[in-house]
Parts: sequence; structure tokens; C-alpha cells
Amino acid sequence: MNEQDVLRGLYDETLAGNGPAVLDLTNRGLELGLSPETMLFDALIPALEEVGARFERGDLFVPEMLIAGKAMAGAMEVLRPLLTRTGASSIGTFVMGTVKGDVHDIGKNLVNIMLEGAGFTVIDLGVQVPPERFVEAVREHRPDIVGFSAFLTTTMPMFKANINALVKAGLRDQVIVMVGGAPVTQEYADAVGADGYAADASSAVRRAKELLERRRALVS
Amino acid sequence: MHTVLRSHAREVVIGPDRPFCVIGERINPTGRKRFAEALRAGDLSQVVVDVERQVAAGADMLDVNAGVPLADEAGLLARMVRLVQEHTDLPLCLDSSVVEALEAGLAVYRGKALVNSVTGEDDRLAEVLPLVKRYGAAVIALANDETGIPETVEKRLEITDKIVRVATREYGIPLEDIVIDPLAMTVGADADAVTVTLETIREIRRRYGLNMCLGASNVSFGLPDRATINAAFLAMAMSAGLTSAIMNALAPECVAAVRAGDLLLGNDPWGANWIAAYRAKAAS
Repeated sequence: MNEQDVLRGLYDETLAGNGPAVLDLTNRGLELGLSPETMLFDALIPALEEVGARFERGDLFVPEMLIAGKAMAGAMEVLRPLLTRTGASSIGTFVMGTVKGDVHDIGKNLVNIMLEGAGFTVIDLGVQVPPERFVEAVREHRPDIVGFSAFLTTTMPMFKANINALVKAGLRDQVIVMVGGAPVTQEYADAVGADGYAADASSAVRRAKELLERRRALVS
Repeated sequence: MHTVLRSHAREVVIGPDRPFCVIGERINPTGRKRFAEALRAGDLSQVVVDVERQVAAGADMLDVNAGVPLADEAGLLARMVRLVQEHTDLPLCLDSSVVEALEAGLAVYRGKALVNSVTGEDDRLAEVLPLVKRYGAAVIALANDETGIPETVEKRLEITDKIVRVATREYGIPLEDIVIDPLAMTVGADADAVTVTLETIREIRRRYGLNMCLGASNVSFGLPDRATINAAFLAMAMSAGLTSAIMNALAPECVAAVRAGDLLLGNDPWGANWIAAYRAKAAS
């Protein structure tokens, strides 16, 4: 097995959600002298992007997306410490939580898996997260993006409360705000002053990357 | 145990010795962009279409949800409930997480409604149960609390226990007017999600004999051919002791599974309903 075989195998097995094979190929790639960056950017991330594209077309389903994300996460556990040394470990930091009053987390967890798969470092604050905890987490972790999830029309107003809390703490300009959840719409996201919205896990990753690129282009 | 719901003209009884109660889920703007926009603009014409289609499909009750973001949910739910009552005499399930909307819906509803829903959280119990009592309604109670959706059967039973205690002792709500939602999560995200639900149903039936209702379409989220999965789930859940579901009444597979389940569980003696439904279909 040469380097090309390993990269091709990593891509195919990630797409197929074969966790043990992905882990095995990751280790074999390291033995062959492949750089962690090459495996990440030439195989794993393209595979996850393909998973997202197929999911959006309706050719892949939620469980397949989940196991692909988990397969990738398994490889990342091996690669992350190596990547940290070269500074390529993460494309960005994402603080995520379900808003206060809301305990729904299936959608949020799906988005987390896809974000991690795409190379983000995700800090998950869990469910029932009050505004002050989001503020604390933004202050502590300095994330590029903070995400609020809500499943109920009653808890969606917490988006605004969270954003107000960020404004009050003087942190609003330092972080991109994304919102999502079953009843949420682009219109609602605009109305509360969020920077981004996405309807599902795969488009959330795409949107997060776009927002991040735009922000970095502005800063540099 | 029998939970009795009424419209101005009709009575529906939910119970383990009764045919399963099919509550049509369709009148709900969540995930229906065009419907949500129409409702926000004050156009309720689709509601009438949804009523007629679900009645024709064999629903026993209809769920009405007005959860449109940025809309006056209370005012909208009241308008929708009034309109639905003009087009059917099926009893209604008033579905909102906004207490003011539940109140507005109850105020215009003629009969005994099923309120959807309360949870085991202290503040939710304190807000919703007085309304249920005041209007003499029945209530769906979700077996979750402020700590989240419990993954274990034991925790769901603990919350059920708390809800039953608070509702009956503190608010004087009759036991038979408490309908527990044992929580059905999506099997596509967790392979054990449905076995936990089924075991919870069995235990609630065994310990309390309470009626139960759940959102049946959740289980198949993110999977292809959802109607087949939902139909299989409904038959399993009925066998475990589920007595009603908020479900897709427009999926013939689901309604057929439920009616066959009634027959197989002895709640359709001599197959009278099953045969009558067959003849009606053959004649049309």
C-alpha cells in the first residue's frame, strides 16, 4: 500500500463511515510518512464535504452522516496532537449550546459532529444554556463563532437575549453569531441580528466556513 | 382508564380497551415554509384543506399548532381553532409551548380539549396545570424536565411520578385526564432510542395504567421511507401499551398499521371496523 492508496482509502472509508478502517489507515499513513495535514486536507475533509453534499441531495441519510462524522472524529483524535504542533489543528473554534428553557439537542449534536468533521474545534455547552454562560464561554475560549440552538417558538426569543448579553459584555463584535433549530428561519435570524442561519447540519458547516472566511478577509 | 375528549358534537374515548386514537399532526407550520408564511399573512385557507384531508384519512382527533416565528401565536391559534371547529366535529388537541396561546385556544374551544403539553419542569407545571383545571381539559405531559430528555426508563418514570403527584394532589386534575408522552426520539441518531421508549410505555402502563400519547413521526427523522418505519413503530408501541399518537394520518401505511393493531389487540371485535374500512375503500 502506497501513500496514494492510503489517501484514497481514507476518503472512501470516511465516506462509508467505516470508523475502524479510517483509524487503521490513519496510523498506516503516519507510518508511511504522510503528513497529518495531507491526510486531513486531501482525504478526510474532502470526504466529509462529499458526505454533506450527498446528504443535501438526499442520497445519504442521517445515520450515514453521523457514522461518517464519527469515523472522521476517530482519525482526528490521532491527528490533532500532531497537527497542534504545526498549528493546523483547527480551522476555527465554535462554541455551541441549546438556549435556556430548551432541552432539545439532537440537531445541535448533529451539527457538532459535522463541524468537528470539517476541522472546527467545538466547545459544546449542552442544553439549557443561559445567556451568562454563553458570555462566559465566549470570554474564556475566544471562539470564532458562537451557535445558539432552539427547537421551540417559546425559546427562540433567547437568541435575542443571548445577543443582547454579548453586546452588554462588549463581546458582540468579536464573535460571529449563528442560530438554528426546527422552527428557525432566515427571516427570524435576521430579525434578532444573528450573522448566520442554516437549515441543516451540512449547510451549517458550509455557512460557518463562509462566515469565517469573510470575517478573516475583513480583518486581514 | 378512559380519557374522554369532546367537541361540541362528538366524544372520543382514549383507553387500552378502545381503538387507538389517531391524532392528525398536519396542522402545524413547523418545517412547512409556505404554510408558515400564509399563516403569518393571515391566510388560513390551507388549514381547511388540512382538516378535510385528515378527516377523510380517518383521524380521530386533530392537533392544531400555530407556532409561527414572529407571529402573535395566541391570536393565531384562537383563529385557527375557531376555523377548524367550523369544518369538523373531531375533538382537538391544542398544541403550543406558549401558555398564552394555550389559554387563547382553550377560551374559544367548544368542548373538552387535549392540551399539548406540559413537562415535569416546575415552572411549566405551575403555568399550564391551572389552565387545564380551569377549562376542565385533559393534558399531555412529557416525561422530561429541566435537565433534558432522559435517556433512561427510570428517569422518565421518576418524572411521570412527579407530574402525576403534582397534577392530582396540587391541582385536583383527575388521573384519567393526564396523558403521558413517553418520548420517542429518532432511531437514526441513536440505535437504542426506540427500545427505551417501548420499555417506558410498558412500565407506565404497568405501574399507572395511564393513557399515553407521543409524536410518532420523530422516530424516523432523517431516514428514507419514513411511513413504513412509523407504521412498524406504531404497531410495536400499541402492543407495549400506547393508546394514542400524534401522527401522520395522511400516510395510509400508518393508519392501516394502527387499525390492524386494533384488530390484533382485541379492540376491534369481529373485525367490524377493519372490514367496514375495506368495503369503503373498495367502493370508492
